[in-house]
Amino acid sequence: MKGYKMRLNFRHSLALTAVVCAGLSAATAAEAKTFKWANSGDVSSMDPYARQETFLLTFTQNIYDPLIRRDKDLKLEPALATKWGQTDPTTWFFDIRPGVKFHDGTPFTADDVVFSLNRANGPGSNMGSNFVSVKEIKKVGDQRVEVTTKYPDPLLADKWAAIVMMSKAWAEKNNAVNSADMTKNEENFATRNAMGTGPFMLKERRAGEKTILVNNPNWWDKPTHNLTEVIFTPVANPATRIAALKAGDIDMTYEVPPADTESLKKEANVKVLEGPETRVVFLGFDQERPELLESNIKGKNPFKDKKVREAIHRSIDVEAIKRTVMRGQSFPTDLMVAPGINGYTKELDKRPALLKPEEARKMIIDAGYPEGFETGMDCPNDRYVNDEKICQAVVAMLAKIGVKVNLRAQTRNLYFAKILRKADLSPGETSFYMLGWSPAQTYDVHNVFESLIQTPNKATKKGQFNAGGYSNPALDKLADAMEQETDKAKRDAMIKDATKLYVDDFAYVPLHQQAVVWAARKNIDLVQLADNTFPLRFVTVK
Amino acid sequence: MLAFILRRILQSIAVLVAVGLVSFSLFRYVGDPINAMVGQDTTMEEREQLREKLGLNDAAPIQFLRFIGNAARGNFGLSYRTSEPVGRLILERVPATLELSFCAAVFVLFVGVPMGVYTGLYPRHWSSRLLQAVSLIGISLPTFLIGILLILVFAVMLHWLPSFGRGETVRIGWWTTNFLTWSGLKALILPAITLGLFQLTLIMRLVRSEMLEVMRTDYIKFARARGLTNRAINFGHALKNTLVPVITVAGLQLGSLIAFAVVTETVFAWPGVGQLFIQSVQFSDIPVMAAYLLLIGLFFVLINLIVDLLYFAVDPRLRSQGGSARVAGH
Repeated sequence: MKGYKMRLNFRHSLALTAVVCAGLSAATAAEAKTFKWANSGDVSSMDPYARQETFLLTFTQNIYDPLIRRDKDLKLEPALATKWGQTDPTTWFFDIRPGVKFHDGTPFTADDVVFSLNRANGPGSNMGSNFVSVKEIKKVGDQRVEVTTKYPDPLLADKWAAIVMMSKAWAEKNNAVNSADMTKNEENFATRNAMGTGPFMLKERRAGEKTILVNNPNWWDKPTHNLTEVIFTPVANPATRIAALKAGDIDMTYEVPPADTESLKKEANVKVLEGPETRVVFLGFDQERPELLESNIKGKNPFKDKKVREAIHRSIDVEAIKRTVMRGQSFPTDLMVAPGINGYTKELDKRPALLKPEEARKMIIDAGYPEGFETGMDCPNDRYVNDEKICQAVVAMLAKIGVKVNLRAQTRNLYFAKILRKADLSPGETSFYMLGWSPAQTYDVHNVFESLIQTPNKATKKGQFNAGGYSNPALDKLADAMEQETDKAKRDAMIKDATKLYVDDFAYVPLHQQAVVWAARKNIDLVQLADNTFPLRFVTVK
Repeated sequence: MLAFILRRILQSIAVLVAVGLVSFSLFRYVGDPINAMVGQDTTMEEREQLREKLGLNDAAPIQFLRFIGNAARGNFGLSYRTSEPVGRLILERVPATLELSFCAAVFVLFVGVPMGVYTGLYPRHWSSRLLQAVSLIGISLPTFLIGILLILVFAVMLHWLPSFGRGETVRIGWWTTNFLTWSGLKALILPAITLGLFQLTLIMRLVRSEMLEVMRTDYIKFARARGLTNRAINFGHALKNTLVPVITVAGLQLGSLIAFAVVTETVFAWPGVGQLFIQSVQFSDIPVMAAYLLLIGLFFVLINLIVDLLYFAVDPRLRSQGGSARVAGH
């Protein structure tokens, strides 16, 4: 009797459990919004300071929040800091948002801010270049962190929009106080695990296979997304990515190859998103050596002559490159920075009229090269969209004006090693080259001046990526002044003057901004940002 | 027998060292990993410091000795791309590649050998000719094209099978397996067929020509005269005598299945060692490339050893001649 009763109870409770379970799963099924997306490569690490690279930064910012983040128009807005500013030219303050909790429930404090900033500036981190001006970071009170700089640095907040906040206690507990040290054979906990304050929590990380994030229900901000789960998979082959999108196995793919864009647009369930990227692709000349490394002209360097640079500049038809090589997916420009970057001067972005081949040829003859001249050219073949094809087009265009270009297009690891300046800032081994640049650190034109246009100088560390050694002392002076100028009107005037200088010198041949092309299923709403970042907090699934 | 195995193992070590040496001399041409490791704004000085720290400025022989020394102690260093230990990176991906290669090999043997026997027994039948013609596809179309075509038909148009990936996997210790979930099994079908198609054609044609040859020999005629059943003649006498070359080729092909899974894995985003290798080449991730090449060298050496041992099982003449006999024509 007793046994029977028990069995009955057991059966009852089983049934009850089943009902409850069914109810629960029905409820979650109705709300569950899984978003599956793919990219050609995996995120290289979960450590947000492991590499200063757009994809890693944008991915880890789903899990970790910065003090200040960028909104849909790339403008700064408060995140973990509610207020920030300068109390005097060399002191910055950041007020910490109260009541924020990490994914493990521990509170986010000013100590975590100091810890994170020091970790980002510490050994193993790749974020050090954001801290060049920093003298000291200290906590003043529970809700405020103060930073003193060696010199006035008006761009500190812009730079630090890329630095996310980690938990001091978590890092100390897991022996991840520093980022992974490449010279030791040691596993670093933060390479595979992540614990921040961000909108999503890391559920599973299988490097090279898939990474699963889930919604953080206790996020401090009001979510603008409706995702409960996000599955990211690297799919290297573009054709497979496109097929997976068509088949509905993924909801979105980042970076669509230009050749597939047209066919995708015809697909009923897929939409293609296109926009200009902040990176500018340009050509540069060796204007430094008295004699070019790869040329038939001995004893002088034709690229030192402004007339020669002008003839080349005005013979490269960027509209033709856009039409034929880029299939319409480029945005030609004549400046070294793109719209959307602070300091882009629209009225100066005017390409001088194209020359007829005989006019350009005459300019080259007048410059003292009656037979024209030969030059080598370096180009990557796996770095920018259609990089090698663009260079081939340039070779053909310059052949018409008597400049014979010997193109060497190779994989980026060989190409960068060849063209970049050496550790002592002696010039790279190139005569004529293609390069792309986006001031992704500050979103400000000064980064472009300091890296690409200022005279290379070992002491001041300016002109690191000025591979051809263009040099204009007046521009150097303006660039140094704008770095520390806090008055916006004065600074804008300096930017305009400096821009005019390099444009008039034909220092570089800016070509275009390449298009960012993403594709998604029709039921996905997302925001495409010009810096090619992809925050999941802007994604909704209908 | 024991002496034979020992000698084989010593030879294997020499082969592995040679593989390491060859791969290291090639690495000088894959480019400078530093520029891929650091951010755009890293100064040249910092790049040089990192290069120095990783020992990339040392001469190739010194780098090689350091690598072999560490590898002998099971230490392959950290990946330049992901800063994770290389040993673990590879170990995690080995199950995916081995399971895929295993399925492809099963597909090759269980489809290829019967097809070969059939076309060998009935060489003039119309269905044999059809099989011969169709099998040409396996040889003439490149692997990635076959893969993409299969994806288009079975994933995009029919929605029967997933377009990429491994599906759900089950973890048993450090091994992850596809065989225990429905989605894992479904995910195996297309990549296994893509990977195996070339070998399938090869094995089928090999078995066919061997069968044609054996069927002409006297002992088959005598067997028929003795009134043995067709089944006993075809499989007991004929097929068994074709096996020595078939095992040799099949063994070597298994090695190729593992080594050339690279293309199939890339097409299907299959998270195996081949895909890891491709990613590493793009990044000049030298520690991973070196360890991968050693691993593949090891697979080939092991497979060859097993193939040699299998001869003993299949060919009684070898057993009677004693353990150290070499197989003619090997």
